[in-house]
Amino acid sequence: MSAADLDLVKSQADALFSRKRLFAVGLPGVILAYFVYIFFAFDLPGLAQRANWDNAVTLASDSWSYKTHVTRENGSGEMEYAVEGERKGAYPDGQRPDWVTGDDVITVDLGGGTLVRLLPDRRTEVEIPEFGLIKAQAEGREITTNLTGDLPDWISASSRRVGITTPEGRVTITGSKTEVFNYFPGWELFWFTFDSPYHGHGFGEILFGDRIDPDRGNIAGAVSDWWNNAMWRHRDVAWAIGETILMAFLGTMGAAMLALPLSFMAAKRFAPVMLIRAATRRLFDFVRGVDALIWTVVLARAFGPGPLTGTLAILITDTGTFGKIFSEALENVDQKQIEGISSTGAKPLQRYRFGVIPQIVPILLAQILYFLESNTRSATIIGAITGGGIGLMLTQAIQTQKDWEEVAYYIVLIVGMVMVMDSLSGWLRGKLIGRSD
Amino acid sequence: MTDATLGTPNGARSIDHIRASYLAQVQRRRLYGGLVLMIFVLLMVSGFMVADDRNAGGFWDGLHQIGDYPAEVLAEAWQKRADLPGLVVEFFPALIETINIAAVSTLIGAAAGLVLSLLSTRGLARWPRLIPVFRRFMDIMRAVPEIVIALVLIFVLGGGPVPAMIAIAIHTAGALGKMFSEVAENADLKPVEGLASTGATWAQKMWLGVLPQVAPNYLSYALLRFEINIRASAILGFVGAGGLGYELRNSMAWGPGRFDEAAAIFILLFGTIVFFDQLSSRYRNRLTEGHAA
Repeated sequence: MSAADLDLVKSQADALFSRKRLFAVGLPGVILAYFVYIFFAFDLPGLAQRANWDNAVTLASDSWSYKTHVTRENGSGEMEYAVEGERKGAYPDGQRPDWVTGDDVITVDLGGGTLVRLLPDRRTEVEIPEFGLIKAQAEGREITTNLTGDLPDWISASSRRVGITTPEGRVTITGSKTEVFNYFPGWELFWFTFDSPYHGHGFGEILFGDRIDPDRGNIAGAVSDWWNNAMWRHRDVAWAIGETILMAFLGTMGAAMLALPLSFMAAKRFAPVMLIRAATRRLFDFVRGVDALIWTVVLARAFGPGPLTGTLAILITDTGTFGKIFSEALENVDQKQIEGISSTGAKPLQRYRFGVIPQIVPILLAQILYFLESNTRSATIIGAITGGGIGLMLTQAIQTQKDWEEVAYYIVLIVGMVMVMDSLSGWLRGKLIGRSD
Repeated sequence: MTDATLGTPNGARSIDHIRASYLAQVQRRRLYGGLVLMIFVLLMVSGFMVADDRNAGGFWDGLHQIGDYPAEVLAEAWQKRADLPGLVVEFFPALIETINIAAVSTLIGAAAGLVLSLLSTRGLARWPRLIPVFRRFMDIMRAVPEIVIALVLIFVLGGGPVPAMIAIAIHTAGALGKMFSEVAENADLKPVEGLASTGATWAQKMWLGVLPQVAPNYLSYALLRFEINIRASAILGFVGAGGLGYELRNSMAWGPGRFDEAAAIFILLFGTIVFFDQLSSRYRNRLTEGHAA
């Protein structure tokens, strides 16, 4: 090797190194600059002000706990006890929680020494350890209290409304009513509401104990009461999950059935006419490009909200995706097997059936099953837009901003549903194609 | 040997026997195949009927109305076609926001997925005992639909691009983590061993020994994800996370009279998706196939 050659190689190596060095510094630099731009484009400094941390606290505490409302109408003196303050969760007449005692003077024991006494003549007393006794008198729409001077930030008092928030519970007093909220961990009334005779009975008692409701067998009655639970709506939730899975199943399978014949028309080997091939491919590109969101919007106008709309949206979008994947698989088919079949005198349809299909079935099945799982997630999202399935229930529960334990319940169910579909499709794939991953 | 005694009566009987059992086997296979097919058709038909039944409008009534809405939108857009370029320009910032959401969440998700994948690959993991933990973690990240996280975060952080970005990034990290780790499983361990012999740390072994091998595949998967994430970020906009989807919902809520806006957004969305679809498939082909050639 001459000196000139060596110089050339050396300068080439230097150029390569400097290019690599530029790349190694430049790429992170570009990404960093992009993040700086995003930092301001997404207004991250303003986010801290817009964020509502009270909401986060409510969400975090409410998703695993429930509150029981004790309400006195100050006008009539009528008492109401209800879980989450909902009519569906109200205690039946003549019953009340065991932490409420007394008849003329009703004492609510919030625990930790905090007591609320509902006295006659629209008077309320709240006893808080290490703070003292708060007295409030409601008169018409006005409230007079013994609170004076600087108040701690967990008490808010005006002439119209007094609010006291302690770790044990919350008290709100207005002219018309006095409300006491007592918090407990857990999802109350998950199994049975108060109007069911099975409420308050253990599982062992229901399964093996004496008949609780004389008209019905224990197990049948308990299952029916649980299924029709008005508070947690287990029946509706089960239907919603069924709808979501149905959307995914029908959409995926329908798309695969539509895409298979079409993909033959898009593969070079099976459609020699360029025009047909190009037209089919552009059709696939079009339905994929329009995207499930726009399809959902358009189809919802024609079919109204519901699972059918979601099914069709998934079906149409995935026909494009499947068509593309299937036709690529068809391009790579081994010609020898088709020749072998045609040497036996097979007609074209038989050649496809026995020469082509067996080769692409593993790819087809793997893709279909993968999409079945992924479409379960899409169906949840599409359901939230078009109004069907568990996605809609979740959106509604979040938008009412009240029942965070229901939101938590739905989230657990959705994640469970997707994971079950994931392992189901993985298991089926292993069974059908013979691979376990 | 049966083959040697084919001519004898005994052999003929065994051929008959083989043929009979073969035919029986074929028949049984056909029966099973037919049964599976029947169950499948039954499921499809009954599923379709249930879906049709629970839908607000029926399938057959709706079928001939499919064209109505696009026709209305197109007619109005055609009427006001002079405004269309202006509207496309007006909604361009929203499009940029949608793309930004997808890009940032893909970058963050890919980075997180990279770390998670290396931590959960046999032979490469930093803490081999924790592999199942990281795998389950990725499974959960993958299983949570973006809309769940987005809606909860919108409640806490308020509307805007950030909740969508976080939601998509979490899902991307889970999905890419799984695919990355499948690639990393096939990586050659010799460079890693070589680096280990020089006393390299775990991060150095991964960065210098594994990443150069898997980078083309990783990039290709990340590009595919970016394309998927653009669609996801448009959809999340529809539930209030900003960007093009949000504008689409607003203009749709107005109904007739604003259909030209809807048309402009449709055009932008369609164009963007097709553009990135083509772009990513071109580069992916070059990354995975062009490299080997």
